[in-house]
Amino acid sequence: MKLTLRVWRQRDADADGGMTTYDVDGISPDMSFLEMLDTLNEELILKGDDPVAFDHDCREGICGACSLVINGEAHGPERTTTCQLHMRSFRDGDTIDVEPWRAAAFPVVRDLVVDRSAFDRIIQSGGYITAPTGAAPEAHATPVPKPDADTAFEHAECIGCGACVAACPNGSAMLFTSAKVNHLNVLPQGAPEREARVLDMVGRMDDEGFGGCTLAGECATACPKGIPLFSITRMNREYVRAARKSRR
Amino acid sequence: MALDTRTERRPSFAGLLWHSTVGKKTAMAVSGVVMLLYLVAHMMGNLKIFFGPDELNGYGHWLRTVGEPFLHHEWFLWIARVVLLAAVLTHAVAAFQLSRRDIKARPSKYVHKKARTSYATRTMRWGGVILALFIVWHILDLTTLTVNPRAEAGHPYQNLIASFDRWPVTTLYIVAMLALGLHVRHGFWSAAQTLGVGSAARDRVLKTVANLLALVLTAGFVAVPVAVVTGAVS
Repeated sequence: MKLTLRVWRQRDADADGGMTTYDVDGISPDMSFLEMLDTLNEELILKGDDPVAFDHDCREGICGACSLVINGEAHGPERTTTCQLHMRSFRDGDTIDVEPWRAAAFPVVRDLVVDRSAFDRIIQSGGYITAPTGAAPEAHATPVPKPDADTAFEHAECIGCGACVAACPNGSAMLFTSAKVNHLNVLPQGAPEREARVLDMVGRMDDEGFGGCTLAGECATACPKGIPLFSITRMNREYVRAARKSRR
Repeated sequence: MALDTRTERRPSFAGLLWHSTVGKKTAMAVSGVVMLLYLVAHMMGNLKIFFGPDELNGYGHWLRTVGEPFLHHEWFLWIARVVLLAAVLTHAVAAFQLSRRDIKARPSKYVHKKARTSYATRTMRWGGVILALFIVWHILDLTTLTVNPRAEAGHPYQNLIASFDRWPVTTLYIVAMLALGLHVRHGFWSAAQTLGVGSAARDRVLKTVANLLALVLTAGFVAVPVAVVTGAVS
């Protein structure tokens, strides 16, 4: 396959960036999108140019490190992560636009790499449970109803990649935050911090400069793990409930 | 000596709501539902025009006597106006503050644009501004009668016909009602999500109710100027 890439290049956080056009040849349809970028980078290095910086780690679709907005869609045209997106989703001769995640809370570090540490700070504000350390407790000591376990697992699938923020017209982190809140709030292990968790995590989310939710639904469409839009509905319910109870 | 164990107290319920994005949306949802309930009543009242001047004018007069003798003449109307004004202001201020925040949260646009949200979703902000301007004009035209060509208090039927006999006014009114339909379509469903009522199981019902509400309200409101223009009511 022969492709034309238009890639966002930006030297550092303070520099002005812009789209640069590259032609790549000899791309196999079985390559992943990241392998295609590796091919481009090898060529750039041989020519003595700076390679394109992009985030990646496991390349198995489970770590949440890879990002990239491809042709205006977070993680590209398929419902998966960029590392699991294959070049067979494109056609020979295509022009592909590659941009970084765009949000005030995700500043560009270089080229396609953005700083997603705002997500870490949201997790630090309440995305945990208080549990004694040591040997794992007996699994049946705390019964969890099957529907609750399913709901928790559905939300636990979030890998924190930030595609929801990138896709949202308001740069909102509601889908991420709701996945993390609901995952723990629905379980008995998360019950002691149930109210504090949602209040603190939403508070942190707002402080980080993410936008609000207008229920455009772009986040759930972009999410590679299929976190549903109703995750946000559930968090809204949790928030009002917690705000009511927190004065006690 | 367990005096210092209590952790910091959180702000009040109202304070928590107003100072977070999630809470502010709750204020928007509640005020939106209040206005929506009013609109349904308003639309039903309007339809009395099809039963003649006496029916509509009588209805207008009755509105001023609701609650008597417990409430003084027109008190009910003034209570409703205060509640509605509070709802409009809450809705508008929250929308303004949230929109400003949203725009700031996404300072740089994508080079490759791909709009996938529905038309109703994308037009909520400007649609809301259009509706706010319309409400101001609408009150000046048919409540205070400042810009009404006939302006005879106590005769809403005749004032209304006089107003809709001007075609630019009728066009403006119909456009505003289409904007209202779009606003209600996304707004009602959104309010359900914001108030935590939505779920995958209820989504079809909520979307259907939103579409029905939008359709019935728009059709009900538009029927009046159309009837005047076509001469079905005169």
